[in-house]
Amino acid sequence: MTYPEIPRRSWVQRWHVKGIGGTVVLLVLLVASSQMTGVDVGMFFSNFGQFMNLLVRMSHPAWDYTTVIIQPLLETIQMAILGTTIGAAFAIPFAVLSASNLIHSRLLRNVTRLFLDLVRTLPDLLLAAIFVAIFGIGSTAGVVTLAIFSFGMVSKLFYEVIETIDMGPLEALESVGASKVTIIWYAVLPQILNQFISYFLYTLEINVRASTVLGYLGAGGIGVFLQRSLNEFNYSQTAVIILATLVVVLVIDGISNHLRRVLL
Amino acid sequence: MTTTTVMTKPHRTIWQRWNWLLWVVVIGALYYWTINGLKFTGLQESAGAVSRSIVDGLVHPQWSYVYDGSGEDLVSLILQTLAIAFLGTIVSAVISVPFAFWAARGTHERFFLRSGSGKVVLTLIRTFPEIVLAIMFIKAVGPGSYAGVLAVSIHSIGMLGKLFSEAIENMDRGSEEAITSAGGRSGQVFALATVPTIMPEFFSYTLYRFEIAVRSASILGMVGAGGIGTPMIFAIQTRNWPKVGIILLGIVIMVLLIDSLSEQLRKRLI
Repeated sequence: MTYPEIPRRSWVQRWHVKGIGGTVVLLVLLVASSQMTGVDVGMFFSNFGQFMNLLVRMSHPAWDYTTVIIQPLLETIQMAILGTTIGAAFAIPFAVLSASNLIHSRLLRNVTRLFLDLVRTLPDLLLAAIFVAIFGIGSTAGVVTLAIFSFGMVSKLFYEVIETIDMGPLEALESVGASKVTIIWYAVLPQILNQFISYFLYTLEINVRASTVLGYLGAGGIGVFLQRSLNEFNYSQTAVIILATLVVVLVIDGISNHLRRVLL
Repeated sequence: MTTTTVMTKPHRTIWQRWNWLLWVVVIGALYYWTINGLKFTGLQESAGAVSRSIVDGLVHPQWSYVYDGSGEDLVSLILQTLAIAFLGTIVSAVISVPFAFWAARGTHERFFLRSGSGKVVLTLIRTFPEIVLAIMFIKAVGPGSYAGVLAVSIHSIGMLGKLFSEAIENMDRGSEEAITSAGGRSGQVFALATVPTIMPEFFSYTLYRFEIAVRSASILGMVGAGGIGTPMIFAIQTRNWPKVGIILLGIVIMVLLIDSLSEQLRKRLI
């Protein structure tokens, strides 16, 4: 009687080389990075009293401060709306240029995409710091920052939408000799409009969150007051600002989520 | 005698026919409010000159800053930024797991009290600005990268917990049922079915979050939480544009490298 042969395992599998190797690499990286950042768990707990003190002071919000921050909060929303609109408007031509089903030149597409990738690498606060230096302290710097930030994000979302459209109507129009503009207006636009609006609202949500801290570097909105209260160690005011921001973000998220559900 | 049937257009109510007008009015009013509410007075006369010197600085970066062995140069601070992001993400991934099981909707639950409360907590964590967290931790542990690590690890819970809990909700229950039907206890089901099914997705989301953490670690330094952000904000404030140029270049290269590396790894995982 012959037994079926037991499948041989290579030594990589038998000694779990991948699993153990991965764990070792992870541990080495963890130790190295905790040394590099000077992490000291004990220090956190020995200073825990100070941290708790801060939390206690934040847990008594100065409610009368609410009236002061309504105007800057509205300004924050306005900055987000305007910034997102400008960014999205500039994003549309770039999205069309980097969509592989509309533009057949690989070179043009790759150059556009590389440019968009570069724009997306820049963090929002970093842009804000530079634009505050150019435009001075105020909401202009904030709007420009948000416009560039959302331009990078929206253009990627948009070209991915364009690439998923049904090519049938495009080919139909092309076969009767329609021009490029006609094709985009009658075949592309009806297919993508709802998703565009949905992504626009999604970007607006992110921008409202981002714009609340931009003012920390002088780019207008509620962040200016956040920085002031933190610098004056007035944590009861900080607490009001954070709570108010939370409410605004949740309300905007709710409206935008509702609209997106209706649209799609 | 022939009867002709006339194709009638599908009937639409007045509301359906004219509600686009309402949207035009609402959106128009919103933009009117927006543009009138913002004061564009910030533009300085020096804006042109400053932009020109910025572009000049970006074109001629201060190459000597890249590495000088002092530990305060570009390469060491970029490595420190990566270390903040890495450590913060790993710690946060570990803390997120219980949060995820808290917020994940169970299969047999009728009232979503437990998962609902978990989702609210995760939303609150997500909305709390990371910069404020960093400032709070600076009060606790002093300025430096340790505060950055703490800020990243707490803030990331909000998003990782949400992604993890969605992964748990959408996971394939087949292997769990198999172990249960073979008589496995709940601990065995968890260890032999739940964890192996969910692990690749957890790793993939953690890597994705690491990409985001690298970006935020590079700006946390602006409030004093370590990494490349600290020399960046000093260079901007002292109008040292060649230095700003080289730091920007460093950040762009770092982010591009990390993004493509992480994308490669994630493709292999799933």
